[in-house]
Amino acid sequence: MTAPGMQPATSEPLRLRPPRHRVSPRAITWWTTQAALEVVAVLAPLTVAIVVWAEARAWLIPITAVVVVIGLGYLLVMPRWRFRVHRWETTDDAVYTSAGWINQEWRVAPMSRIQTVDTERGPLQQLFGLATVTVTTASAAGALRLAGLDHAVADDLVEQLTETTQATPGDAT
Amino acid sequence: MLAVTPLRQLVGFLPFIAVVLVIGIGQDLGDRIYGLLTGVLIVLLAGTLRWFTTRFRITGERVELRSGLLFRNARSVPRDRIRSVDVTAGLAHRLFRLSVVKIGTGERTDGGESRELTLDAISSVEADRVRHRLLAPTDAAQVESSGVTVAPAANELAALKWSWLRFAPLTTSSLVALGAVAGTFGQLIGDVGADAVDVGGVRERLTTAPLWLGLAVLAVLVLVVALVGSVLIFVESWWGFRLVREPGGTLRIRRGLLTTRSVSLEERRLRGIAVIEPPLLRVGRGARTVAVATGLGGRRGHGRGILLPPAPRSEAHRVSGTVLSECPSPTTATLLRHPPVALRRRLVRATMPVLVGSVALWVAPVPTWTGWATLGLLPVTVLLAVDAYRNLGHALTSRYLVTRYGAGARSTVALQRSGVIGWTVSQSLFQRWAGLVTVTATTAAGHGGYPVIDVPTADGLAIAERAVPGLLVPFLQHDAVAARTH
Repeated sequence: MTAPGMQPATSEPLRLRPPRHRVSPRAITWWTTQAALEVVAVLAPLTVAIVVWAEARAWLIPITAVVVVIGLGYLLVMPRWRFRVHRWETTDDAVYTSAGWINQEWRVAPMSRIQTVDTERGPLQQLFGLATVTVTTASAAGALRLAGLDHAVADDLVEQLTETTQATPGDAT
Repeated sequence: MLAVTPLRQLVGFLPFIAVVLVIGIGQDLGDRIYGLLTGVLIVLLAGTLRWFTTRFRITGERVELRSGLLFRNARSVPRDRIRSVDVTAGLAHRLFRLSVVKIGTGERTDGGESRELTLDAISSVEADRVRHRLLAPTDAAQVESSGVTVAPAANELAALKWSWLRFAPLTTSSLVALGAVAGTFGQLIGDVGADAVDVGGVRERLTTAPLWLGLAVLAVLVLVVALVGSVLIFVESWWGFRLVREPGGTLRIRRGLLTTRSVSLEERRLRGIAVIEPPLLRVGRGARTVAVATGLGGRRGHGRGILLPPAPRSEAHRVSGTVLSECPSPTTATLLRHPPVALRRRLVRATMPVLVGSVALWVAPVPTWTGWATLGLLPVTVLLAVDAYRNLGHALTSRYLVTRYGAGARSTVALQRSGVIGWTVSQSLFQRWAGLVTVTATTAAGHGGYPVIDVPTADGLAIAERAVPGLLVPFLQHDAVAARTH
């Protein structure tokens, strides 16, 4: 296992391969809904201002138009982009995730260092049958978040991770 | 505790007592004094009651603390969870030869706060015995029964040199001193009323004096306060500083003039070390040494990892080496430079906001000199960018991953490769265009993660893989072909 790791740093172009599993396709709907809510939260006060404050319409309307265009773009692009990036995988030894869209992040945590496994289901996630699994290690900075998993898949994953980590001795620091 | 708690409470009541004596609640002085005596008696009684109801005990497995009469409070900590035993003694405590023992578990509650057990005001001898007993390996229970005689075998790693006093003004304590003086002064003026300052026609003289003189006086005043204040703070906190390695694998730091502090750190909790150079200290070729250890209570407990007062950089590195039992210290390892594209990224980040800002100011309906002034920032930001690039570096030694980063301030962190408990590889859009990544080694100690910033993707992954062989390998691809056809 150590042999491939001993290669010199600069010989071969090395890269991380994407983790094996995609998240649930329903995550796209979830992210879109979330994004829509965010865009509405920005647009609502602007609209109210346009209605109430007549003198400011000259510059409020262009601003609102720009927000609408950017918001629509965000709404259409972000969820699909995220769906292409967000992936996860577990092996016998480690959990591996990738997340993000414009800025991306890959995280690896060995099974032996996992301390807790939490599931979280917000109202929107419940609506779409999704769940977020958070795998925490002893590091304050190393938690892995698997957002937008199918509910059943998440349950299986939690069970599997809990079993594996219970079998590992030590305090994982 | 019988003496200290009431004493401290009484000191806290002093202003109140003074007010009562001067203004008075009762009619004549006799009544007032009786009233006060009753108050003092109640405080003393409460203190005594607390003393009677507070008990602690150390068993083979746990440390237990009970207190309170009306509100019973019982806490216990399993001994194998104890990560630190700190002993402090303020002035009141020292007067009665007492100490406060803080037993830390390093456990983080939801609020991010570390659970602690505090044994307030036990005799200093007892405190030392408790410390030894709790930090001794649990199987060596005989050691503590023989008393405190273990001390002579301790090995001194560092001690205070008074020449380090020159670093005092270069630390934030000079700002603390300024703030304290300004705060007190402001409060005095507020309390006494602004007119009190106008003694002997000072105000008139002030208004007639030239502005530059006023500014010069103020500058000198600020400088003197900062200088004297920081030196005083330095002396108070670092008086008698000693860093020793005690038998049984404990690092112990003792320091303090008025309040004495003793911090113990088990070596098996040590995951590495950081040499930190804040901007001013760096100019004076000084540095701090901070332990990267588990169980210090996260960011909040960061100050507890400090192993050395502000000291010459060479000393900081030497102590790092001795603490890690490595010679030369991994923090002095020759670091690999990061590619020039990392410099370009920093220059872009340094220049773009300034340029955009000044253009905006020229276009906006404000005087044009504001635009020029903004442009004047450019040399500073460019210098910072170059510095940030020159500070970037990393190395892999036989046992440590070393990384250095920072603009202005500089951190050099040596992290035990065996202490790495995972990896985070992150890539922003701009990093993706530049073919760079930031590889962060996560660890249970210190900040939780230490980054190698802006390395070429392949190099970054190779470092991670070599630092902890096997962990990353299943997720890597050696795709020479794919990379070339891109």
